[in-house]
Amino acid sequence: MIDVTGSLRRAWQQLIAHIDFPLLLITLAIMAVGLATVNSATIDSSHRMMSQAGNMGLAMVIMWFVSRLPPQKLMSFAIPLYVLGVVLLIAVFLFGIKVNGARRWLPLGFTRIQPSEIMKIAMPLMLAWYFQKYEATLKMKHYLVAALLLFVPFALIAKQPDLGTALLVGSAGFYVIFFAGLPWKIIVGMIAAAAAAAPLLWGMMHDYQQKRILTLIDPTTDPLGTGYHIIQSIIAIGSGGAIGKGYLNGTQTHLEFIPEKHTDFIFAVYSEEWGLLGNATLVFLYTLLIGRGMIIASGAPTLFSRLLAGAITLGFFTYAFINMGMVSGILPVVGVPLPFMSYGGTALVILFLGIGILMSIHTHRMLVKK
Amino acid sequence: MGNFHNPEADLDRFRFRLGFAAVFVLFAFCLLLGRFFWLQVIQHDFYQTRAEDNRIALIPIVPNRGVITDRNGVVLAHNYSAFTLEITPSRAGDLEETITALSEVIDIQAKDRKRFKRLMDEAKNFESIPIRTRLSDAEVAMFAAQRYRFPGVEVKARLFRQYPLNNVASHAIGYIGRITDRDLKWIEEAEKQANYKGTDHIGKNGLEQHYEFELHGETGYEEVEIDAGGRALRSLKRIPPVSGNNLSLTLDAKLQEITELAFGDRKGSLVAIEPSTGGILALVSNPTYDPNLFVDGITPDNWKELNDHPSKPMINRAINGAYPPGSTFKPFMALAALEMGKRTPGQAISDPGYFNFGNHQFRDDKKGGHGMVDMYKSIVHSCDTYYYILANDMGIDNIAKFMGSFGFGQRTGIDLGKDDLSESKGVLPSQEWKRQRFKKPEQQKWYAGETISIGIGQGYNAYTPIQLAQATATLANNGVMFRPHLVRHIVDTKTGEKRLVEPKPIRDLQLKAQNIEVIRRALVGVNKEGTGARAFAGAPYEAAGKTGTAQVYSLKGAQYKEGAIKKELRDHALFIAYAPADKPTIALAVLVENGGFGAQSAAPIARMVMDYYLLGKLPAGAAKDDPAAIEEEHEE
Repeated sequence: MIDVTGSLRRAWQQLIAHIDFPLLLITLAIMAVGLATVNSATIDSSHRMMSQAGNMGLAMVIMWFVSRLPPQKLMSFAIPLYVLGVVLLIAVFLFGIKVNGARRWLPLGFTRIQPSEIMKIAMPLMLAWYFQKYEATLKMKHYLVAALLLFVPFALIAKQPDLGTALLVGSAGFYVIFFAGLPWKIIVGMIAAAAAAAPLLWGMMHDYQQKRILTLIDPTTDPLGTGYHIIQSIIAIGSGGAIGKGYLNGTQTHLEFIPEKHTDFIFAVYSEEWGLLGNATLVFLYTLLIGRGMIIASGAPTLFSRLLAGAITLGFFTYAFINMGMVSGILPVVGVPLPFMSYGGTALVILFLGIGILMSIHTHRMLVKK
Repeated sequence: MGNFHNPEADLDRFRFRLGFAAVFVLFAFCLLLGRFFWLQVIQHDFYQTRAEDNRIALIPIVPNRGVITDRNGVVLAHNYSAFTLEITPSRAGDLEETITALSEVIDIQAKDRKRFKRLMDEAKNFESIPIRTRLSDAEVAMFAAQRYRFPGVEVKARLFRQYPLNNVASHAIGYIGRITDRDLKWIEEAEKQANYKGTDHIGKNGLEQHYEFELHGETGYEEVEIDAGGRALRSLKRIPPVSGNNLSLTLDAKLQEITELAFGDRKGSLVAIEPSTGGILALVSNPTYDPNLFVDGITPDNWKELNDHPSKPMINRAINGAYPPGSTFKPFMALAALEMGKRTPGQAISDPGYFNFGNHQFRDDKKGGHGMVDMYKSIVHSCDTYYYILANDMGIDNIAKFMGSFGFGQRTGIDLGKDDLSESKGVLPSQEWKRQRFKKPEQQKWYAGETISIGIGQGYNAYTPIQLAQATATLANNGVMFRPHLVRHIVDTKTGEKRLVEPKPIRDLQLKAQNIEVIRRALVGVNKEGTGARAFAGAPYEAAGKTGTAQVYSLKGAQYKEGAIKKELRDHALFIAYAPADKPTIALAVLVENGGFGAQSAAPIARMVMDYYLLGKLPAGAAKDDPAAIEEEHEE
């Protein structure tokens, strides 16, 4: 059989046909750093590294599947996914179970799910579809409808209350509207209005949210409560210095001073052990990821794929910036994991759905351009 | 923007906005890098010092686990304090050297080293890990004299779980063992992680597992100053732990012990229940095991021996063994017939010694039959033919409905193990059951011929001893049913308050008093003039009972000859009883695996249990395994 290698090669090429290697390599690099850090964070107790590696494998399989779906197929998911997400959010509002004072989970008998996670992808998908549909006749009222589509899930999630996720979902939607051409004067107007409404918003916030913001301004006011996390993680980062204390040598980490150290605060663990040098490397890797995403967005052939790629890419930025910002003490503590670094299967799946969509848009672009 | 749409301009605008976003991203990341530079370079010295000064650690203080006592206050599980020799690896230097030097002062064996290695893999670096447990006073003194030679090694007092009665009631009490990944998941699901910091043992089985969150208690904390190496320097604040709640059982430890002795080396189970409450007086599964073996982590040799033993001591036969009830099923069948109006007590059949159905002959144990048999005689002499015909008249679904109400084929909800699934369901055969049990359509169909042997407790019938005991207790209690339970009350250590576990019955079967009376008279007759007469000869109280023999091995028409059959294939012997018959205080079910006839091996155990419980003594002339005694009792 002469053609065995030939057909093997063809099979292989078929297999990787929709993989974007620059994107894959950058994510793999960040995940390698993440895996090593999860190992350091959990080596004393729960040993999560292998389980995280499993999560990564599973998430990448999902990415592979999504990357093979053409963007037209993705468009057809927009409405069902969005409607499903909203219905589930309403179900959470009505029947959800309370964990730690927040109603975020929906019991399904055998397991429980957090429907707000679905919205992280469903929101930009829906809005991108919407603008594509009215591309030729775009008017002011379409922005208003888009804003409404954005607001309903946002309010439902914020009400749970889950400020972190609400912010992520809200920003993902806003990016679509922004890229679709929301006039600058409205953007500037909104910022001004937000500044004016800040006191009003403050009154509407839950006690614990107010407390978080207060302790952000001065963490030392509550050293054993809300401020404790932040103080300890800033000490971890600061004591890491220029080149860090060395892998597995972080005292803040291994003497158990850092809370949530394998999930939301994993950056403190990394930063303590690898120092400024490590931080700069990580920020550089994220910049590459976002850069690649923007290149894909800029080359995308349709309005739908352009808006979706742009919003997903800026979504990665938002995750990374908010997480590193909160852990280093310049943003309030909201529950946002560090993309591709924090332990957790659900977050990884959502992230890789995004990567898969970017790959799909990029590898199907020729087919659309004829 | 307006109505005019220009794709080129749109793309340009998109790219401009993308560029704007890129600039914003770079700006934000620079801001972050600036923040990092500030913290890690400019403020580095400050935070470096803070990290080194960072020395307030919260050290969990594990609470005392609750004590388990029997109904008379006899301790079944408690904790004792013992000295252990512990090493803190981060402070001890070379571990191998340290341990070798230590072994010159104190006896350290290979298994101690092995356990130390295993614990070290699981523990945190700055925790101390036991190398030797249960030091004698002399050993403590010897180590104290040489202590200066061993930095990072110290003698500590730790609490150990102990089961003072060793093997007695091991299947009821269960045991604790080291927390595994599975247990961790359980703790997480119960959202108890915080309370289990510092705890390394958890209930694995029986009551220890079922009441884990009652027994555990609330973990306390000590705020201590530690140095960068994790050494504790001084205590700042202490929040004491709250001991776990104590369990006071309905179980009678002495009764339990006597029963286990009565079983000897025979396999089997006995469950004795107080009918008026559902409280379990004895729960035996023989053979037993010593739960103390598990507390420090069972050695592989011991585990292998327990697990591979042919008589399976680790299985709790009382709740996980399902056996055909044999003739002990008959009184319930008779009651069903009365309640459903299918028979009157005086209605008699003529028993030729067999019952023909289709072209199959169902035979009675007694050749030539029992002659004319009414309900009383059918129970007292255990006539099979009577019940073949009755089962055929009632039909399988009527039988299943009535038996289901007595709890047959359903989990009793006894308070053992992690959840309901720790208990087996058994099999209550019905048309519906068969449809679900089998896959092929021809197997799913219920054949009327299959109903016949259901009537004498054979066929698909399979029930756990606890179900049989619960049904007997319900019968003794005039149809008022309680959930069998082992814990009478939980004593809250904080308030001293006693919480009753089972204050109310779960249901009343609404049985007719005259019907219950018919069955009661017949069951008393069994022990006076029937198959139980020899075992209960001379008993000063009136006991109701029924013998049973469950076929393990189908003889396919051959004559049953005990000696000719291998022991494992011999029939199971059963006996159910309650006493005193007019006002029962104890109801029980006995099963002896491969014990042959119920009258021969199961009934004498019931007699011993009742003699002790009702009279406080062991009977001197209790019936023994005597082949000569079988002749007349052959009738089951």
